[in-house]
Amino acid sequence: MGDLVSLSSTFLYVAFFIYLIATVLFAATIRDKKSKKNNDFASKLAVGTTIVGFVSQLLYFITRWIAAGHAPVSNLFEFVTFFGMMLVFAFLLLYFIYRVNLLGLFTLPIALLLIAYASVFPREVTPLVPSLKSHWLYIHVTTVSLGEAILAISFIAGLIYLIRQVDQTTSSKSTKWLEIVIYTLFATIGFVLVSSVYAGMGYSSTFEFPFKGDTRSVEYEIPPLIGPNEGVMLDQERMSPLVEAPSFLQGVDAAKKLNTLIWSMLLGFVLYLIVRLILRKRIAASIQPFLKRANPELIDEICYRAVAIGFPVFTLGGLIFAAIWAQEAWDRYWGWDPKEVWALITFFFYAVFLHLRLSRGWHGEKSAWLAVIGFAIIMFNLIVVNLVIAGLHSYA
Amino acid sequence: MFMKTITCNACGHINKEGTMICGSCGKPLDSISGEDKNTLLNMRYDGTAVRSKTRNRSIIDKIWNFFSSIKIGVTLIVLALISSAVGTILPQEMYIPQNVDAFTHYRDEYGLFGQIYYQLGFHNLYSSWWYMILIALIGISIFIVSIDRGVPLYKALTNQNPKRHTGFLKRQKLYSESETYDEDEKEQLLFNLKKHRYNIFEKDGHLLAEKGRFARWGPYVNHLGLIIFLLGTLFRFVPFMYVDDFVWVREGETVVIPSTSQEYYVENKKFIIENYGEDEAEVFAEAIQNQEGPIAKHFETQAVIYKDQSTNIVGEEPDLNQIKEGSIIVNKPLKFDGFSLYQSSYQTNEFKSMSFKLHETSDENEDAIAEFKIDLDNPENNFTFDNGYRIELDQFYPDYYLDEGQPKSQSNYPRNPGFVFFVYPPNEEEPEVSFAAIGKNIDPTNDNDYKIGLTDFEVRNASGLSLKKDYTLPILGLGAFIFMIGVIQGMYWQHRRIWFHPTSKGIIVAGHTNKNWFGFKNEVDKIFTGTSLQAIKDLEEDSKEDRSQS
Ligand code: HEM
Repeated sequence: MGDLVSLSSTFLYVAFFIYLIATVLFAATIRDKKSKKNNDFASKLAVGTTIVGFVSQLLYFITRWIAAGHAPVSNLFEFVTFFGMMLVFAFLLLYFIYRVNLLGLFTLPIALLLIAYASVFPREVTPLVPSLKSHWLYIHVTTVSLGEAILAISFIAGLIYLIRQVDQTTSSKSTKWLEIVIYTLFATIGFVLVSSVYAGMGYSSTFEFPFKGDTRSVEYEIPPLIGPNEGVMLDQERMSPLVEAPSFLQGVDAAKKLNTLIWSMLLGFVLYLIVRLILRKRIAASIQPFLKRANPELIDEICYRAVAIGFPVFTLGGLIFAAIWAQEAWDRYWGWDPKEVWALITFFFYAVFLHLRLSRGWHGEKSAWLAVIGFAIIMFNLIVVNLVIAGLHSYA
Repeated sequence: MFMKTITCNACGHINKEGTMICGSCGKPLDSISGEDKNTLLNMRYDGTAVRSKTRNRSIIDKIWNFFSSIKIGVTLIVLALISSAVGTILPQEMYIPQNVDAFTHYRDEYGLFGQIYYQLGFHNLYSSWWYMILIALIGISIFIVSIDRGVPLYKALTNQNPKRHTGFLKRQKLYSESETYDEDEKEQLLFNLKKHRYNIFEKDGHLLAEKGRFARWGPYVNHLGLIIFLLGTLFRFVPFMYVDDFVWVREGETVVIPSTSQEYYVENKKFIIENYGEDEAEVFAEAIQNQEGPIAKHFETQAVIYKDQSTNIVGEEPDLNQIKEGSIIVNKPLKFDGFSLYQSSYQTNEFKSMSFKLHETSDENEDAIAEFKIDLDNPENNFTFDNGYRIELDQFYPDYYLDEGQPKSQSNYPRNPGFVFFVYPPNEEEPEVSFAAIGKNIDPTNDNDYKIGLTDFEVRNASGLSLKKDYTLPILGLGAFIFMIGVIQGMYWQHRRIWFHPTSKGIIVAGHTNKNWFGFKNEVDKIFTGTSLQAIKDLEEDSKEDRSQS
């Protein structure tokens, strides 16, 4: 069985590298100004490679399922990896409707980033607690992430639209926000880097600190810029924290999470600055020339179409299947748990998106921004609610 | 009632006030409303008169118009969205510990912010009157808007005239004008159209090719589903429709199930709890090691359900008849007569009985003078022994804790029993007071001659079952189902129409779809293959190019 798990990880690594190659191939289709026939071949090669990568990731998924005896969507590593896979699937879906290579060039790096992000979390196969032992778990989780992945394509199309269309000759609110969106991608890279580098070095330092009348200990896997409130470090040779977390932060791991966040943001900022200094331009402004040949109206339609396709899938998985499962497991189909509420918020948000699209004034740039906000809400639910809000009370 | 009308100057058809496009021939009537002749037509509801856009006289009109405005609808949804988010900043009241005062909890845990949050009622946001009103307003808005737009849309789509005025065609987004057109080409077109599954309507040689009309009803179907769903949630307030209760049953016990008018009883034959252990499949080994506490694997109550067949005379003993026997497992409730019992909570090692012995304080061997056993379900008060000793149980705290030095009980469940005993040695009138609990033996005066010690105990598990009856579920399920049908219908299909208008010089073709123009344009290109028709053009893009060139 252990062999199957390692075989499964191999498939995931292979998928990762194939996606990397596919990204390069998609880049080639954009730069390629040669004959149409040539470009057709390049596109086919790029999308074919993507499919091979997807199949490899699918094999990862299946072998891990066999090894664990349950669908591998039950911890953060598995879920985010699966989300990355669904993102590639959603891309293929829209690619075969619109055949826009640019979409691949932007989607695959984000899928890569997601898989890298996932791999930072504990990767072992976990057994299921009783409330998770239900077929509805798989049905619910897989449809939600498929829905969210299709909605994420609308974010990617929106991003392409904005980079293509926002006037970069002067600095404006739009250019600033666009840079902020790009910066968050750098911050994610920062997170992956800092976590994996220190994990590779085997870094660890332990703190003891008072918590609700008890003494708790917490282990940092990256150096503490921020230590727990009134914390005492147990390992002398390690760097001591620069500041202590404020006392209002709740939760045993709050200071640790804040520390990781600050590290990621700082590192992301440094990376961003380096790239920006090399380019000597806003990053969006440097990408813009490569997108000149893209048809903005087509991109806008993809942005809308992804919502049109993703919204029903998300509703089915995130609200309806979720409710059926909650009814079976906790005898209430709806409990106003933060995770549920944020799924409802996502639903409301995309309903607003669809209604605004009914009037002409909301096409183009405005709806591209909405798609960006929608993705921010999804990511908030996926990451922040899991790590921060839901940690305040126990589930099940 | 007097209704203003507009007579079409091309075909003479009499249209209702507010109509933008003649209902019969399609000639734009905006020479009256003064719209620019060259802009594309607004094809929403095919230019029929929408009540909320036409009438604004009485107060009813004003309310109607308020609720059928998309702006208002969107604003309401945004408000619901923001308030929902506010409710997740701090945990809702139902998620804070049950045994503390809510106000104190929010103040102590979250400081001033928590205090304000509590005082604004955000700790119970989702059941607050204003949140419910917000959702109700959305429901009303959906209802009114569906009638406002649905009726005219229905009229427009069921009475389509294939023969359209050129003024209508020239202002469609997709447009093509060709010099040549003959029977052969018509044959080819009809063939291509049928291949793409278009329905064809013909009048005087004019063609209307249409597909996916049913997609236009998608929004109305999904809105209907939402309304049914919202109504379903209201039924929860009807007592017969909804029951929600909870009962603890200890192993071996049979208790009445609350909220069933004393009709049903449940017996807990055995409660089983399993954790993931060492002998688990190898793949999990790492995860189990990394976890600090045990990871739960399985909870199960082996239960029997009884129905009371007695005639309900006061004082009569219940006459229990077994109606169901089975396991209640998480994710697998036990169902009977419309009710479901869910495995919801448990308490392991609850005390069933405790045995004590009395000995002299000074006796190092602690030889028993007297021994007795207390059944915690039904504690006896007096124990008299042959050797003249007597022990009286003065106080029993099932779940004892010290509140500022005073013993108190947290619950009625024997989880941490504490006892106050009066010990009467032979021929004594004045008792010695002794306090006993697990691991504790307190002598309040510190000069007791006798001591009471715990010698043995029996434990058992208790299972917490929650009882549900929810007849609103089928209504909610129906609403959700209709909603899904509606969104899929509206989102995965499009309503596409192509008009073919022969003229003296050749033919005009115009096309309209309610969404996804790129796919539509590609399809029209395919439909034109094998004919000499001019490729279809996107007038919107052309006009943009004109602008950018000038
Ligand atoms: C959360 C609640 C709501 C949901 C989930 C919802 C869902 C939808 C969906 C999916 C569509 C189709 C959009 C498209 O085809 O692009 C639609 C259309 C529409 N909705 Fe809603 N809606 C909601 C509330 C409302 C409200 C409050 C109004 C009130 C103004 C409204 C008015 C409309 C209108 C006018 C249409 C267009 C109908 C047509 O195309 O003929 N909706 N709705």
